[in-house]
Amino acid sequence: MAETPQSRHSAFQVLTGLFSLPAGARVGIGPILAAVILVIIVMAALLAPYYVPYDPLAMNAMARLKPPSPEFLLGTDPYGRDIFSRVMTGGRVSLLIGIGAAAVSVAVGLIIGLVAGYFRTADSIIMRIMDSLMAIPAILLAIALVALNGPSLGSVIVAITIPEVPRVVRLVRSVVLSAREEPYVEAAIALGSSMPKILMQHLMPNTFAPLIVQGTYICASAILIEAILSFLGAGVSTEIPTWGNIMAEGRSYFQIKPGLIFWPGLMLSLCILAINLLGDTARDLLDPRMKKREG
Amino acid sequence: MFVYILKRVLATIPVMVIVAIFVFLLLRLTPGDPAAILAGDAATPAQLERIRDSLGLNDPLLTQFMTWMGQLARGDLGTSLLSNTSVAGMVGARLGPTINIALMTIVISVLLAVPMGVIAAWRHRTWVDFLVMSFSVLGFSVPVFVIGYILIQIFAIDLRWVPVQGYKAPSEGFGAFFSRAILPSLTLATIYIALIARMTRASMLEVLGEDYIRTARAKGVRENVVLFRHALRNAAVPILTIIGTGFALLISGVVVTESVFNIPGIGRLTVDAILARDYPVIQAMILLTAGIYVMVNLLVDISYSFFDPRIRY
Repeated sequence: MAETPQSRHSAFQVLTGLFSLPAGARVGIGPILAAVILVIIVMAALLAPYYVPYDPLAMNAMARLKPPSPEFLLGTDPYGRDIFSRVMTGGRVSLLIGIGAAAVSVAVGLIIGLVAGYFRTADSIIMRIMDSLMAIPAILLAIALVALNGPSLGSVIVAITIPEVPRVVRLVRSVVLSAREEPYVEAAIALGSSMPKILMQHLMPNTFAPLIVQGTYICASAILIEAILSFLGAGVSTEIPTWGNIMAEGRSYFQIKPGLIFWPGLMLSLCILAINLLGDTARDLLDPRMKKREG
Repeated sequence: MFVYILKRVLATIPVMVIVAIFVFLLLRLTPGDPAAILAGDAATPAQLERIRDSLGLNDPLLTQFMTWMGQLARGDLGTSLLSNTSVAGMVGARLGPTINIALMTIVISVLLAVPMGVIAAWRHRTWVDFLVMSFSVLGFSVPVFVIGYILIQIFAIDLRWVPVQGYKAPSEGFGAFFSRAILPSLTLATIYIALIARMTRASMLEVLGEDYIRTARAKGVRENVVLFRHALRNAAVPILTIIGTGFALLISGVVVTESVFNIPGIGRLTVDAILARDYPVIQAMILLTAGIYVMVNLLVDISYSFFDPRIRY
């Protein structure tokens, strides 16, 4: 049984192909700067336990609300904990939630989107459900889910994931709908390829490029939503420092200790800015039509 | 036209019914006893029984759903578990501040964002364009509440121009209302401006390359007429769409902003209800916000033909 040549890409080939620059493409200084900032933030968070001067959880009644000094780089919080140590360590959980939520939403959205795009009967039902989910404001749905399921790391990731899934489903579905009209897919159907084979080998690789772009945006928005959830009191347990948690605790002390909100806020914003810029760059490289539109 | 509007209105019904089913199942499908989840760890059996009773949790699932839908159809949103008063009354009492601030935000956003986007596209690849794009990238990256605190720090604490927090209704004097509402509105507007300015720029860039723009300029039409009458009208549809879909961001932002600025609106009501697990209020708020979102997007859909007469239904 003959196979059409276009379908001979393995998932790995497709993925590595995505990251080789097309001929003539140039990457400006912005994305490189963004990549450097992101690498620094990720490394700083990962290596935090090895270099921060204090235990981020150790309270010290003798050193409450100290101003910045050589001893405490960014000062201390109302419990006498070192703010620098907490902000650096806090990045670990925030980044974990961002990556976790992006991975889960992309995986779940990919499966549902493939089904919706391929099976016409399932399509209308799935898309009605997705439209309805998208009508519910993401943050409202997320805090309701955390409040009902308890403030664990897993339930926060699930709560952030559920409002994101419909966006991924729509994207995957639209890619599948246009790809299934391609001659190589029609050829595969005519040759009697099995349904899972058509889905996995012929249709799925088309979704990788847009999914990588979408995944970076979801990662950024998940980090943002985690901060908002913690800020509203519906995030991971306050015993774990995250950027959102540190800012949430800073709320009542804002007028005497604005640094409790500004330092984690700055780290968070830089991180999201860098991820978004990389997402934009990836989109321009992977989808030249979009670049033309945005100028 | 009328038939089209009727069709679109009817199409919102299944969406809202699915939202209702989802909200209904949210509590019932959460692992564990729903009454125990709502009452917390320290609940007495009597409290649990009261919650089961008031939500009808002892009935079969289908009966519960039918009873609830029946109440909804009669406009009865249920009774709060905490205050024992009607949810509809609670929401009604809190609606004023939220609507005022949301309206102010929309006016500020559209008035600033559309000209920003138009000018950025007009002066494409200059420092003006770069500035607008930088603002719009930044607006997406800074959490709403951090923007709120930065504005409080600058305008309320350092410059002392406006009060730090609080809310006064416009009926208590416009100055008092405005000085307290301006910071929350600007906070909320940041992300909305970022979104609208970006879309306006992209849409204008596409239109400005068209032949009829060159013709208009060749005829000697003044540049601002070319930009705002010829080009902007043709670029309007994607801009309107993003204003509609961006409304979800606005609703989410309200929830956060009202907590930062201590405004007694429905955003605060929602957060307080969720943290206290006052489920009837949570249900009502999710339904209400989803309903508003669907309505706004329906209006946006219908307004397309007003801005672009080529669109006929």
